[in-house]
Amino acid sequence: MRLIGKEEIENIAIGAALLGTGGGGDPFVGKMMALQAIEEHGPVQLLDVDEIADDDVIVPSAMMGAPTVMIEKIPSGEEALVAFKALEKVLNKKIKATMPIEAGGVNSLLPLALAASIGLPVVDADGMGRAFPELQMVTFYLNGVSTTPMVLADEKGNNMVLNAIDGKWAEKIARSATMVMGGSIMNAIYPMNGKQVKESAIYRSLTLEENIGRTIKEAKYNKQNPIEEVLKLLGGFTLFTGKVTDIERNTDGGFVRGTAKIEGLGNDKGENCYLEFQNENLIAKTDDQVLCITPDLICVLDTETALPVTTEGLRYGARVTVIGIPADEKWRTEKGIEVAGPRYFGYDHDFTPVENLMKARGK
Amino acid sequence: MNYRLGIDVGGTNTDGVLLDEQMNVIHSLKTPTTEDVETGIYNTINQLVKEANIDGEKIKFAMLGTTQCTNAIVERKKLNRVAIIRIGAPAGTAIKPLAGVPDDLKNILGNYMYIVEGGHEFNGDEISILNEDHIRTIAKELEGNVDSIAVTSIFSPVNKTHELRAAEILRDVLGEDVSISLSSEVGSIGLIERENATILNASIINVARMTAEGFEKALGNNGIDAKVFFCQNDGTLMSKEYTLKYPILTVACGPTNSLRGASFLSDNKDAIIVDVGGTTSDVGVLVKGFPRQSSIAVELGGVRTNFRMPDINSIGLGGGTIIRVDGDSITIGPDSVGHRLLEEAIVFGGSTLTTTDVAVALGKMNLGNPDRVAHLDKELLEAIYNQMVEMVEEAIDKVKTSGDDIPVVLVGGGSVLFPDKLKGASKVYQPENGGVANAIGSAISQISGEIEKIFSISKENREEILNKAKQLAITETIKAGADSEKVEIVDMENVPLAYLPGNATRVKVKAAGDLAID
Repeated sequence: MRLIGKEEIENIAIGAALLGTGGGGDPFVGKMMALQAIEEHGPVQLLDVDEIADDDVIVPSAMMGAPTVMIEKIPSGEEALVAFKALEKVLNKKIKATMPIEAGGVNSLLPLALAASIGLPVVDADGMGRAFPELQMVTFYLNGVSTTPMVLADEKGNNMVLNAIDGKWAEKIARSATMVMGGSIMNAIYPMNGKQVKESAIYRSLTLEENIGRTIKEAKYNKQNPIEEVLKLLGGFTLFTGKVTDIERNTDGGFVRGTAKIEGLGNDKGENCYLEFQNENLIAKTDDQVLCITPDLICVLDTETALPVTTEGLRYGARVTVIGIPADEKWRTEKGIEVAGPRYFGYDHDFTPVENLMKARGK
Repeated sequence: MNYRLGIDVGGTNTDGVLLDEQMNVIHSLKTPTTEDVETGIYNTINQLVKEANIDGEKIKFAMLGTTQCTNAIVERKKLNRVAIIRIGAPAGTAIKPLAGVPDDLKNILGNYMYIVEGGHEFNGDEISILNEDHIRTIAKELEGNVDSIAVTSIFSPVNKTHELRAAEILRDVLGEDVSISLSSEVGSIGLIERENATILNASIINVARMTAEGFEKALGNNGIDAKVFFCQNDGTLMSKEYTLKYPILTVACGPTNSLRGASFLSDNKDAIIVDVGGTTSDVGVLVKGFPRQSSIAVELGGVRTNFRMPDINSIGLGGGTIIRVDGDSITIGPDSVGHRLLEEAIVFGGSTLTTTDVAVALGKMNLGNPDRVAHLDKELLEAIYNQMVEMVEEAIDKVKTSGDDIPVVLVGGGSVLFPDKLKGASKVYQPENGGVANAIGSAISQISGEIEKIFSISKENREEILNKAKQLAITETIKAGADSEKVEIVDMENVPLAYLPGNATRVKVKAAGDLAID
């Protein structure tokens, strides 16, 4: 067990933006909520996965809806708490700890805000190791953990207990309810026991996010190349370096889909990289080669500052370095690829690990 | 012949320019800015009218662009006593007002903060009923304690009825002496940033009043009875009444006016403008004659805001930038000798190698004593100069919105540093009067109106809704004083909201037009 204070939160927010792989929502609101909760109630206890008992009840907490709504309709801070109380009633058990559902974007920080305000510990783990757009795209689901019973709660005090036949139905119904409840809600979802968390979660992702933030800061302070240092930390690859020359976005089924074209600079001069995204970055390829493909992580960093660039922040002229990070092994299984691989998102490609693609590229 | 007057009050100089009805530059000059601002403005106007030898009564419009409000925020000086009211509870309580604002400013502005029940959803429905009794209680508590109140309601850019009603109640209790700033007038969606901008606005009302009244007095004392306007961040004008309510909208008019002035002088509506000063070069983009606005949150005095600001890419390269050579490695800036150029540059007898020295040595410009730099290695100088040009070319490329070559206009004192051909530029302009581009920008400003709303857009109603949005913007513009015959849509943006079904789309439209002459 260790304590998470304000400085740790600042670092986690940088790591969360990077692992957000272009989407996940700006961590800003989550960061500010966590900072306020820690200021008022003191630091958060972070538990290692080894420290939880097999029969402890662990429940992830997450926001659902439009990040654009959340930056305007800031939560009350009570939503997650109401959802947890309602779920405890349904389960008829005390919840021992919470955890993030995704290690990317705003949802990495929100459980820390909840934890600080009610004195609940947080498990150092998550269900994605990155950000993904849909409820069933979590490693818990891959391991057969049921999405429901889940509780959705809004800031007005409304809450709804949902029991669905599977993750996809949970996603569908919850998405509609979110709309009616005001476009941005908090949920208590994927209730698990400690054993299930140990079997299905991605370990130590909050610590990883914190390390990413600290590495970028320290590298800058020590005048090292922050991107190289981050790649060492994550075991990742530089996929492409260049400047954004074209960007196209449109909405389709509630998601922002689009493509960005990046013209090569330095080592990649003379080549183009095409980035395809649906909220998150899903494929990076050149004219004739795939460089990295979902569920492996594709992050766009500002070449100068190493700070992550979201798909909404991509614009012509930006100097960027696209990096690829191997996804957790849980995503590279047959089931993982079926749930969040290229074909699920409608791309006519098979999944190939980024390290193999890089070997083939030979750069 | 009637005239219009443009004034730009900067930190160092107060610039003035006189234009005739056809927008010809009749005369322009600079005088030093004075501590009280008013005297400097008076001096500039007095000298302009005298030297141009025209009748002051013939000046019909007078436009002022100033950084007074910006300086007050940055220096934390002369700020009002403010109260902060956020409407939206139970939503909004997880992040308090002024979160993340530097402590010195928080201590000045954070003495009266309230969160009240009310506010709206993204579709305009109420989150809860506005708690009018609470507003009334707050008003009584504030009586005699504050000069200015910032009111921010959740989703007020979509539905501002709660802000308007709160203002009514506050006015009812506190009368006309307290000024009230409404967030829906200040910024767009993003509660924290819009609220911050509204609070800053509330804090600079007095500074704005002093500046505006000083301007009017300086005009009156010169026998000028012109219609007075103030320049705002987006290159359009505001009336005095509106400026006294929303002075925050003037804080970035400096760079905007220089962009617009450069556009006017070179007769380009779509161009990249490079304003080369002593320490930095500021690169901005004109789209249809207006500066492109920044899409990310802009910090002002350490405060995160989201109001309209031009998107400027500043690089540490100007006329006084210091050059260091160490073997094969050349470092350009980012530091500069600044206003000590006339003492420290080699061509002026100093010992620091600056960009000016390099340009003089290569015969690109004629300044100081070229003999002092004649001994420098030409090959090395060429290498440095090429690197300087590459820096500007890269800065230009970074702000472009497409790969096509477009016109580039160089203004500012250091613009002669650079060649008349640049990569990425279809043509390079270095217009006459580039030194007072700011004041010219203020004199030629237009009147504008803007709307921002979330619509549910389908394929069938798309055209109809976009037309309705355009019409709303045009109506706003005519209301602000534009000639109804000369209003155009200058900007239109629609951003689909991720994760929301029903194709909820944020539509933003801006229109602008010439001033109606009556």
